[in-house]
Amino acid sequence: MKKLANLYLVLVMLFLYVPIFVLIVFSFNESKSRSVFSGFTLDWYVRLFNNDIIISSLINTIIIAILTSVISTILGTLAAIGINSMRKLPKAVIMNITNMPIINPEIVTGVSLMLLFVFFAARMHLEFGFVTLLLAHITFDVPYVILNIMPKFKQMDPHLCEAAQDLGCSPFQAFKKVVLPEIMPGIVSGFLIAFTYSLDDFVISYFTSGSTSQTLPITIYSMTRRKISPEINALSTLIFLVVVIVLIVKNIIETRAAKKNGTYKGA
Amino acid sequence: MKQMKIFAAPYLVWMVVFILVPLLMVGYFALTNDEGQLTIQYVSDVGQYANIFVRSIWLALIATVICLVMAYPLAFILSRMDKHKQGTMLLIVMLPMWMNFLLRTYAWMTLLGNNGIINYLFSLVGMGPFKLINTSGAVVLGMVYNYLPFMILPLYSVMVKIDKSVIEAATDLGCNFWNTLFRVIVPLSVPGITSGITMVFVPAISTFIISRMLGGGSNLLIGDLIEMQFLGNAYNPHLGAAISLVLMVIILLIMTVMNQFSPDDQVLI
Repeated sequence: MKKLANLYLVLVMLFLYVPIFVLIVFSFNESKSRSVFSGFTLDWYVRLFNNDIIISSLINTIIIAILTSVISTILGTLAAIGINSMRKLPKAVIMNITNMPIINPEIVTGVSLMLLFVFFAARMHLEFGFVTLLLAHITFDVPYVILNIMPKFKQMDPHLCEAAQDLGCSPFQAFKKVVLPEIMPGIVSGFLIAFTYSLDDFVISYFTSGSTSQTLPITIYSMTRRKISPEINALSTLIFLVVVIVLIVKNIIETRAAKKNGTYKGA
Repeated sequence: MKQMKIFAAPYLVWMVVFILVPLLMVGYFALTNDEGQLTIQYVSDVGQYANIFVRSIWLALIATVICLVMAYPLAFILSRMDKHKQGTMLLIVMLPMWMNFLLRTYAWMTLLGNNGIINYLFSLVGMGPFKLINTSGAVVLGMVYNYLPFMILPLYSVMVKIDKSVIEAATDLGCNFWNTLFRVIVPLSVPGITSGITMVFVPAISTFIISRMLGGGSNLLIGDLIEMQFLGNAYNPHLGAAISLVLMVIILLIMTVMNQFSPDDQVLI
């Protein structure tokens, strides 16, 4: 049984990793062939770094991801604090609407925002580009921030805040010294999720970007539509490398933190 | 703490303008024509595309079933591993998901292509070339590859909570392998199954990239149809909005059905 389990594990891993492995191998291929390896080269990497469109869309993606995650985190944290102190009915209504961008298919969110921006563009001075992208990204990111913070309030003892105030804290001090540390893990994970979702988003960006301001996923998409170029393979290899490094570092940091707190339960 | 409510104000404005109003606009566009008159013409026009709807539901369904069948044993194996191995294995399983899904789909494009490596390997043994890309099978494969982690994760997180002694008790009391599986493990993992199904089915039924990159022009899905009405040659936002509305209704129905099977009020995300 144990052997069978291991065999199955290996098969699934092959299914998950062989496509990526092949992609990486052919990023070093001299010819454009996708099946025969004719010789080693780093040409595609050189071309990638000289490709202005890719570099500028990468910078654009990072700027948008940083702005989006910072604004979403502030907006979402304030919202979670506010929503938490509401009564049951308004709370339920707001949370249901907040869930919509998460439950709805991405394409519907993208299309609905596009309709809104077309409406604004016709009446105000709004062009499809950086601003619409930013607005769209914040819109699909804030719900994730809120959903990451809300459970922290549930875990918190509701009397903690009152206790702090009884002991002489002003409401602001009570908030800063008692509530904020409790919800901080939620804020941090909300921020990280917002950042990665913004980096990675294609569908919603596709409907809200216009031609002036593009993100990396949109550039990748238009590259795959045109002639096949091993530059995409080179880009994939680099992105894969970054992902592996980030996840390993994250894992190490988490393991260390867990060990320090004495709550080590495995990686 | 009542004065804290005011903090939600900026978000509430944002929510109304960027979540609620756009969705209402989809409804408005679906039910009006260019002159702004109320009409159900576009909603009824959606009926002309019944074949595309059927194909999308069918392919998404097949992909969901394959994901469930593949992920179930995997999640179980992972959940029974040594605690210190589990985290690392889970990380390895989830790692491909962190790469952009366009690149993951592109990887299969190069593998399945007529000059791709799979056909090359076939030609070495004197077979093929086979038509692998631009088929509905390739679209299903792309869906499975992209969305498999969405099935593994919820299944794993319910299975890891199943106590080892519960399974041992079943075996001690005379259950064979299949009885243990279907009478103990499966019933206990229902919440994971239902949320896994939703998390795979919803993106699969509404995708337009996977069908375009791996399905060629002959395997249009609902997502492609919507995209064409907004950014393609067939520009018609009214029809596009009507199709989106029908898609939302289908997904809402499926989630309601799934919620029926889920004990207590599990959030389906």
